Amino acid sequence: MLDQIVFYFFAALAAISAVLVVTRRNIVQCAIFLITALLATAGIFLQLHAEFLFIVQVILYAGGIMVLFVFVIMLINLDISLHQAQYNRQWWLGLLLALVVGAHLILAVAVGRSVLPFGEPAPATMLEPSTQIVGRTLFGEYMLPFEIASILLLVAMIGAVVMAKKKV
Amino acid sequence: MHAVIQYLISIWVPLVCALVIVGVLPLVTGYIVLMERKVMADMQARLGPMRVGPHGLLQPIADAVKLLIKEDIIPDEADKAIFWIAPLISVTAGMLAMSALAIGPWFQIADLNVGLLFIVGISALGIFGIVLGGWSSNSHYSLLGALRSAAQLVSYETAAGMAVVGALLLAGTLSTREIVTAQGDYGTWFIFAAPVGFFIYVVASIAETNRAPFDLPEAESELVAGYMTEYSGFRWALYFLAEYTNMVVVASIATTLFLGGWLRPFAGTPAFNFLDYFPSALMIFVGAYCLYRAPKQPVKVQQLFMMVLGLAFFGVALILAAPLIGRVNDMLPGLKPGLHGAFWFLLKVGSYIYLFMWLRFTFPRYRFDQLMRLGWQFLIPLSIVNVMGIGLALVLHRQWGWSHWTAFPLTTALTLLVAGWLGWAGEKKDKEHVFVGES
Repeated sequence: MLDQIVFYFFAALAAISAVLVVTRRNIVQCAIFLITALLATAGIFLQLHAEFLFIVQVILYAGGIMVLFVFVIMLINLDISLHQAQYNRQWWLGLLLALVVGAHLILAVAVGRSVLPFGEPAPATMLEPSTQIVGRTLFGEYMLPFEIASILLLVAMIGAVVMAKKKV
Repeated sequence: MHAVIQYLISIWVPLVCALVIVGVLPLVTGYIVLMERKVMADMQARLGPMRVGPHGLLQPIADAVKLLIKEDIIPDEADKAIFWIAPLISVTAGMLAMSALAIGPWFQIADLNVGLLFIVGISALGIFGIVLGGWSSNSHYSLLGALRSAAQLVSYETAAGMAVVGALLLAGTLSTREIVTAQGDYGTWFIFAAPVGFFIYVVASIAETNRAPFDLPEAESELVAGYMTEYSGFRWALYFLAEYTNMVVVASIATTLFLGGWLRPFAGTPAFNFLDYFPSALMIFVGAYCLYRAPKQPVKVQQLFMMVLGLAFFGVALILAAPLIGRVNDMLPGLKPGLHGAFWFLLKVGSYIYLFMWLRFTFPRYRFDQLMRLGWQFLIPLSIVNVMGIGLALVLHRQWGWSHWTAFPLTTALTLLVAGWLGWAGEKKDKEHVFVGES
């Protein structure tokens, strides 16, 4: 019961703030709602006992990326963006498409509910301690993909540094 | 019956701990400020606050009342909602981070298995309070302060995080409680195994809490008061509270990771068991000093106040001494680790904060480019080397069977060698490089 209340609270928070991110005109308020949406998602992770995922979401997205977002936003002249048109003329087409995709999803869940098999939820103790399990899996079973992803990130980082570097 | 009690304990203990932290923290903050003013005064050969209460002991309360009844001004052109909520973000983040701290083995709100990451991550969210507050004030000084703060925090968080990683490698866990237990099993505090990591953490944590010599976000001589220029009254007090809460948080992280948390010095050595008497002895000493100073106060009320204070310290000494009596210890075996653990933890946190004050009054403020250079070109490379060094020491110790006494000094020496080279190379580059209009 309490679990459901908590879940619906975070889910509603995430959904509403995600909508507000695209509808608000003031870009700083958009950023704040984006932070709220990310933190609400983190809350859902926490409720699922995925503590490591929760804190990584908070540190990386809310604490890292969004700080840089806000940092850049503050250097922009807000007055110009306030007077520009927020959407282009095809916004109704986008809305229509979004509704169709949404209807699809709802239909799929509604139909699939009776047809698709639902697995038994894993006992909470199986995932304890979650941080150690994540570490073992990443550095054991999925070592190669993990290293490949690291190298990809490293290449992207070096690329960014090279591009941003002034000619000396 | 037993199960019911267990259930009630599992709910009420965290709740009471949370209430204690939220209720006591503003008061503690006030007294840290008083301590800071007194230390500053002492270093500058002055007396500091002396008027309110004997030796200014009631000054924090007077300050709090003044701030509460002051007018709360919101600038006309400010973004009101954000201006209103920004200080709250900072305070909430700081206080939330405290929930995973283990102040003694019994005083902890939640023992998360990502405890330390939780503290680091949540307290980092406080930056939004500073940045949004600076932006919403609609003032250039505030905005510049906020920008500096964001840049500084992002730069130094990497170094602090890597220093933390070094100690976590030694502990092998993220839970604050288990980190402290690991140091107990290990025999020494991690500061002796990873001194370079501790040094990096000290420097980075000063920068993260925006304190001198890295207090550029609120540099008075350049930016009036930085991001809180437009704030007044209660909201300003909230920023102040957040700043000092963050100090307590970083001091607690350092205590947990490097200084052995709630462990007594030489916790595993029975020869040093006499240190168990230290908490009571310290309290009796402070109480006796209060009584000694009491008759010298000019006003009758102040004399009385000092007397009561002295007796209160004696009372605390008695409470701390109670678990040392064999019979009491047999009856309540949890009392001693709980009380003495909290004492040692708070003593270490206090010493760390004292170190902060000491540095603040000793060093002049850095320039912004110097700050960035120190962070990116010295601390971050050094912290990465430090992690590698600790990893190497652990491999030598665990796989190759070297003893602690050879593996850790060797890798520390290697790390220091790299530090020397980094410093030397940086200085050399400094001489070649002339900054033109760079700030």
